[in-house]
Amino acid sequence: MSHLAIAPVLLPLLAGILLLLLRHGDIRLRRALSVAAVVAEIGLAVALLLAVSGGEILVYALGDWPAPYGIVLVADRLSAWLVLTTALLALFALLHALRGIDVAGRHFHVLFQLQLFGLAGAFLTGDLFNLFVFFEVLLLASYGLMLHGGGRARTRAGLHYVVLNLAGSTLFLFAVGTLYGVTGTLNMADLARQVAAVPADNVPVVRAAGLLLFGVFALKAALLPLHLWLPAAYAQASAPAAALFAIMTKVGAYAILRVSTLMFGAGAGPLADLLGGWLLPLALATLVVGMLGAVASTRLRAQVAYLVVASAGSLLTAFGLNTADSIAAGLYYLPHTTFAAAALFLISDAIAGRRGELADRFEPGPALPAHALLGGLFFVAAVAMAGLPPLSGFLGKFLLLRAALDHPWWPWVLGTVLAGSLLGLIALARSGSLLFYRARPAEGAPPPRQAGLTAELAPFAGLLLLGVGLTVAAGPLSDYARATAEQILQPYHYVHAVLGGGER
Amino acid sequence: MSLGLVVLIPYLGAVLAAWVARFGRLHSAWVAALVAGLALAWLLPHAPTTFAGATVVQRLAWLPAVGLDLAFRLDGLALLFALLILGIGLLIILYARYYLSERDSMGRFYAYLLLFMGAMLGIVLSENLIQLFLFWELTSLASFLLISYWQGREEARNGARMALAVTGAGGLAMLGGFLLLGEIAGSYELSVILASGDAIRAHPLYVPMLVLVLLGALTKSAQFPFHFWLPHAMAAPTPVSAYLHSATMVKAGVFLLARLFPALSGTPEWAWLLILAGGFTLLLGAFFALFKHDLKGLLAYSTISHLGLITLLFGMGTGLAAVAGVFHIINHAIFKAGLFMAAGIIDHECGTRDMRRINGLWKYMPHTATLAMVAAASMAGVPLFNGFLSKEMFFAESVHLSAGLTHGWLLLVAVVLAGVFAVAYSLRFIHDVFFNGEPVDLPRTPHEPPRWMKVPVEVLVALCLLVGILPAVTVEPVLAMAAASVLQGPVPPHDLALWHGFNPALLMSILALAGGLLLYAARKPLFVLADRWQGRLDARALYQRLLQGLFALAGGVTRALDIGSLQRLIALFVASAVLLGAAGFLGGEAPLTGGRALLPVDGVSLLATLGLLAASLGAVALHRRRLAALILTGAVGLVVSLVFIKFSAPDLALTQLSVEVVTVVLLLLALYFLPQRTPAESGLARRGRDALLALAAGGGAAALAWAVLTRPYESIAPYFLAQSVPEGGGRNVVNVILVDFRGFDTLGEITVLALAGLGIYAMLERLQLPGPDRDAEGRPWDWDTHPAIMASLTRLLLPLALLTSVFILLRGHNLPGGGFIAGLVTAVALIMQYLANGAAWTHARLPPNLHPVIGWGLAVATGTGLASWAYDHPFLTSTFGHFDWPLVGEFELASAMVFDLGVYLVVVGSTLLILIYLGLMHGASHVLRPDEEAR
Repeated sequence: MSHLAIAPVLLPLLAGILLLLLRHGDIRLRRALSVAAVVAEIGLAVALLLAVSGGEILVYALGDWPAPYGIVLVADRLSAWLVLTTALLALFALLHALRGIDVAGRHFHVLFQLQLFGLAGAFLTGDLFNLFVFFEVLLLASYGLMLHGGGRARTRAGLHYVVLNLAGSTLFLFAVGTLYGVTGTLNMADLARQVAAVPADNVPVVRAAGLLLFGVFALKAALLPLHLWLPAAYAQASAPAAALFAIMTKVGAYAILRVSTLMFGAGAGPLADLLGGWLLPLALATLVVGMLGAVASTRLRAQVAYLVVASAGSLLTAFGLNTADSIAAGLYYLPHTTFAAAALFLISDAIAGRRGELADRFEPGPALPAHALLGGLFFVAAVAMAGLPPLSGFLGKFLLLRAALDHPWWPWVLGTVLAGSLLGLIALARSGSLLFYRARPAEGAPPPRQAGLTAELAPFAGLLLLGVGLTVAAGPLSDYARATAEQILQPYHYVHAVLGGGER
Repeated sequence: MSLGLVVLIPYLGAVLAAWVARFGRLHSAWVAALVAGLALAWLLPHAPTTFAGATVVQRLAWLPAVGLDLAFRLDGLALLFALLILGIGLLIILYARYYLSERDSMGRFYAYLLLFMGAMLGIVLSENLIQLFLFWELTSLASFLLISYWQGREEARNGARMALAVTGAGGLAMLGGFLLLGEIAGSYELSVILASGDAIRAHPLYVPMLVLVLLGALTKSAQFPFHFWLPHAMAAPTPVSAYLHSATMVKAGVFLLARLFPALSGTPEWAWLLILAGGFTLLLGAFFALFKHDLKGLLAYSTISHLGLITLLFGMGTGLAAVAGVFHIINHAIFKAGLFMAAGIIDHECGTRDMRRINGLWKYMPHTATLAMVAAASMAGVPLFNGFLSKEMFFAESVHLSAGLTHGWLLLVAVVLAGVFAVAYSLRFIHDVFFNGEPVDLPRTPHEPPRWMKVPVEVLVALCLLVGILPAVTVEPVLAMAAASVLQGPVPPHDLALWHGFNPALLMSILALAGGLLLYAARKPLFVLADRWQGRLDARALYQRLLQGLFALAGGVTRALDIGSLQRLIALFVASAVLLGAAGFLGGEAPLTGGRALLPVDGVSLLATLGLLAASLGAVALHRRRLAALILTGAVGLVVSLVFIKFSAPDLALTQLSVEVVTVVLLLLALYFLPQRTPAESGLARRGRDALLALAAGGGAAALAWAVLTRPYESIAPYFLAQSVPEGGGRNVVNVILVDFRGFDTLGEITVLALAGLGIYAMLERLQLPGPDRDAEGRPWDWDTHPAIMASLTRLLLPLALLTSVFILLRGHNLPGGGFIAGLVTAVALIMQYLANGAAWTHARLPPNLHPVIGWGLAVATGTGLASWAYDHPFLTSTFGHFDWPLVGEFELASAMVFDLGVYLVVVGSTLLILIYLGLMHGASHVLRPDEEAR
C-alpha cells in the first residue's frame, strides 16, 4: 500500500528523533542531515501534490482502523498545497540558520524538524482531536524555537506567546469536547455528516462549539482582536525561526478554511455559512490594523511582523468572501505572502547584523557595508511584500479584488485592500529611506568587502526566486488554486473519500 | 512577441548597464544608448503598418482564466509615445553622460533610467489594462529610485517618497477603476473596451469607475489637487527631470486619457471632472510658474500648467479637441525637454538655479542662450514655433466650447489669463537669465558646456522650428496616425497652418502675448506680493498634514491596542470566546437543558462538589499567597480524580493523580524563584473587569457543559468497547484507545512532552536566577537539606517503586495502568532520590543525561508504528498473540505494548529532565549565595 499521505509527517519526526540521538555528533553531520531531511520533504510534498492534483483524495487510516473510529490522514489538493509551501519555506529558513544561529542554543535542528512534523500533521490530519494534538506539537516546538538563542526580550515575548496559546488550546478542548458530546464523533468527515443532520435542539450547541473553534483558529491566524500576540513574538524570535513562523498564521487560516468549508459549508443545513458575518469584517479590520501597525513601527522586524498581520487579514478576506474565485485567490496569495514575509525577516537580520547597536531601529546610522546590494534586495523584498507589481503579490491582490466584485460588500473590500496597499507602500518607503538613504557616510576607510555576503543572502534570494516562480507560472498555479477551491467547496468528495458511501 | 521584446530590452539593458559600470565610468552610458537604440530598431519595422492605420496585437498566455494575458498593442498612439520615449530617451542618455559628475554612479543612473524606460514602454504598448497597471506602478517605483538618486539630500528623499505616495495612491485607485471597467466591459483588453464605449457609459458603475480611473490619470499627470509632488520631484538630477516631466512619467496620465477616450469620454461627468481639474491646473500652474525664482521650479509649474491644458482639451470631448491634445503632447514633450536640458546646462555652469542671481548669461554662453530662447518662445506660444500651433487649436476649441456654456466667457477669460502668464514666465526665463544685467555672486564663471552636451538641445530646438514652420510636412502624418487611434475612427478635418485668417483664436493669442509683455514689465511689485503670499495656498502642506495625521493615527491605534500586556491579551481572548460562544448559542431557539434524564444527587458527590468549589474559591481568594493557592489547586485536581473513580475510570484517575503530584512538585520548584507573596497590582476597576470576565467565562463553560451533558449521547464509543478485545488485543479499553485506536494522538502527545522537556532544558541551561534564602516569615529556607530518615526510606522505596511502575506498564493493556502512568511513577520515584539525597549523590549513581531516554522513547514508539509497513499495513497497525512460557504460563503480547514502552521512556525522560533542571537551578542559586554574602 502507499504511505505517501503520511510520509511528509513521519519524515521530519524521524529526522528530529535522529538528530536528538545524535545531539553530540559533528555539527556538520547534523546540519547535513537536517537539510537532507527538508530536501526530501520537498520531494515528498511534490510527489503528494502530483498524486492529488487530478482531484484524487488520499485517505490513510492509521492503525488500519476504519473511519470514523480511528484517526485518518487525508491528503487533498489543499493539504498538499500547504505541505509543499511549508517544505519550501523550511528549506530557506533552515539554510539561513546554518550560518551559526543554529548553534546559539540547544536543539535547534530537533525543534525545527519537529515543528515541520507539527505543520505537516496539522495540514494532513482528518481528525479534529488529532488536529488539536498537532497544534500542541506546533505550539511547543515554536515556543522552543522562539526562545532559541535566549535573551530577556525574547523570553518575555515567548512567555506571552505560550501562555496565550495554552489558553487557546484549552478553548480548543472545550470546543472539541462539545462537538464530541453532541455529535459523538471526532472524524472531520463524519462531523460534516453529523453536523448536517443535527437535530434542531442541538443546533445552538453545535453553533457555539463551531464559533469557539473559530475563536481558536482566529487566535492562531492572528485575526483582530486576537492578533496582538504576534508582533512581539515574531519581532523577537531569531531570524530563521521568524521566517519559519511566516507559515504559522497560515495554519490558523487553513483550519478556518477547512472547518468552515467541510463542516459548516453550504450543505450544513441550519449551520451553513457559520462564519458569514464574522470573518470578512474582522479580516478587513485586521488588514487595516496590521498596516497601521506597519506604518507606526519603529523597528524593521516589528514592521515585518505587522505586515504579517496585515497579510493574514488579506488572506482571511479572501477566505471570508467564500466563493470559489476568492478562495482560489487566497490560496494563490498564501505561498506568496509566506515567502515574502520570510524573505523580509531574513534580510532584516542581514541588515540589523551590520548596524551594530542600532540594529533594525529606524534611525539614521552609518552606511552599511554592501549598501547598494542590501538596499536593492530590500527594495525587491519590500515590493513583493507590499503586493506591488511585478511580483506575485500583485497577482494575488488582483485575483482577490476581482473575486470580491461579486460580493455585496465589494466597495468595502476594494477600498480596504487598496488603502491597505497604500499604507504598506508608505510604510516600506519610509523604512527603506530611513535605513538606506539617510545613512551617514561611513567614517574613515571604506568598510572591507563583506566575505560571505553572497552565501548569507542565498536563502533570501531563493525565497525571492520562489516569488518569481509564482509569478511566471501564475497560470497553472492559479488553475491549481482554483481547482482546490472547487474541491473544498464540494465537501461531498472529501466525506465520500473518508467514509465511503454508506452511513455509519 | 517582438513588441514584448521592445519592453523587455530596456530591463535586460538595465542589468547590463549596472554590471558594466565596474569596468569603467562611461561604459554604462554606451550600453544605455545601445539598448535604447536596439529597442528603437526592434520597434521601427512595425512603423509602416501602423502609419497605414493597422493595429498590431500580440499575446502571450499568462492567466487566461481571469482574462490577464501578456498582451501588447501597437497602434498610432502607442507608436507616437514609444517614439517619444525612445527618441527623447536617447537624447537624455547622451546629455546625462556629460551632466553627471565624477562622484555620481553612472551604472546606477543608467540602470534606473532604463528600468523607467521599460516601464513607460510597457504602459504605452499594453493591450491589457491590468498589465498596463503593472507597468504603471513600475514607473512609480522606478521614478522613486530616479528622484532619490542623490540619496544624501533630504529634499531628494522626501520628493521621491512624495511622488511615490501620490502616484502610487492614484495607481491603486486606478486598479480599482480598471477592475470595474473590466467587469463592465467583460474584458480587460483594450480592443474590447474601446469598442464598447456606449455600453460602458450607460452602466450604473460608470461614475465610480470613471472617478477611480481619473484619480490614476490625474495624480500621474500632476493635476490639481495632486500637482504638488511634481515641483518636489525637481530634486532629481536634471536629466531625470527632463525625461520624466517632458515626455514620460507625467505624460502617462494624459496618455491614459487619450487611450480610453473612445470608451469613457462624452459624458458630463467626464467633461466636468477633466475641464475643472485641467482648467484649474492650467491657470494655477501658469500663475505659480511666474513667481518661482528657481529655474527648474518655473519649468515644473509650467509643466503642470501645460498638462492642465492637455487635460482640459481631452475633457472637452470633441474630436478636434482630442487632436489638439495629442498635438500639444508632442509639442510640449519637445520644447520642455529642451528647456529642462538648457536649465541643466545653466545650473551646471553657474552652480545655482536662482534667477535672482543668474543674469546676463548671453555674454557667457550665447549658443546655449539661443537654443533656450527658441524653446522658451515655443513654450510661450509665439508664432513660427511649434507651441503656437497647438495653442491656437486650444484657443479655438475653447471658443467652441464656451459658446455652448451659460457662463462660457469665464472659461475664455481663464484660458487667456493662463496664456498671459505663460508668456510672462517664458519671458522671465529668457530675459532674467540671459539679459537683465550682470550675474550676482555666482559660485563659478559660466561658459559654454561641452560640445556634445548641447547636441540633444539642438536636435529638439530644430524640431521646434521644423514643426512650427512646416507642420503639414513634418508632424501631420504622425498626428493623423495618433489621432486616428485615439478616436478609433476618422480624424476630423484640421488644418495645421500658421495662418488661419483673423479669428477669435488669433485674437486670444495676441491678447496673451501683449498681456504677457505687460505683466512681465510689472513683475517687480508682483514678486513682492507673491513673496508675501508664499506658502498660503500650498497643497503640499495639506499633504504633509495628511501624512502626519496618518502617522499619528497609526501610532495612536497601534499603541492603544498593543501595550505589551499579557493580561490584556488574555482578557481579549476570554472576552472573544465568551462573545463567540454566546452568539452561537443565543442565535437559536433551543433550550439550554436537553432532554436527557438527570442522575440523582448522592451525598458523596455533593460533598466532593462542595470540596471542589471550596478549593477553587479558596485558590482565588488566596491567589497572592502562592503556596497556599497551589495546594488548593492541587486539591481541585484530587477531586477530579475522585470524579473519575466515581464514573469507573480508574486509568484516568491514576493518571490524574500522578500528573497532579508531578505538577505540584514542578510548580513548587518554580515558585521557589518567585516572591512568596504577590502585592496587589491591579486597581479596583481592573479587578472588576476581570471578575466579570471570569464569571462570564466560567458561566459560559458551565452552560456549555450543562447543555452537552443533558443531551442524549450517541457516539463512536461502542465500537471501541466492542473491538478492544477481538481487534486490539486488550481488555483495558482506555489503554487500547491510547496506544492503538488513537495511538497516533499519543505519538503526537509524547512528542509534545519531549518538546516541553527539550524546550525547558534549552531555556534553563544558561539561565541564572537568584533564589531567596528565607521564606515569607523570614525563616531560613531549610534546616536540614537531606534528612537521614527520608534519605534511607527513599532508597529503600526506590526498587519497590520501580517494580510497581514496571508492573503498571506491563499490565496496562488489560488492566488499569500503562506507559504514561508507569512513566510518571518512575519519575516520581527518582525525583524522591534527588529530594532526599541531593543532586550530587544521585548524579553519582544515575547519570542525569536524559536526552537519549527521550530520543529512544520516541524512536521506539515511531519504530513500532513503522514496523507495520513491513507487513504492508498502515502506520501503527497493531498485532498481538498469545504465548506460553514454562513457569510463567500463558500470557499475551501485543505490539502496542512496545509502543507503550516508548511512551514510558519519553514520560520518564521528559519529566525528569524538567524537574532535575529546575532543581539544579535551585541548587545553583544556593551554592552561589555564600560568595555573594562574602562580597
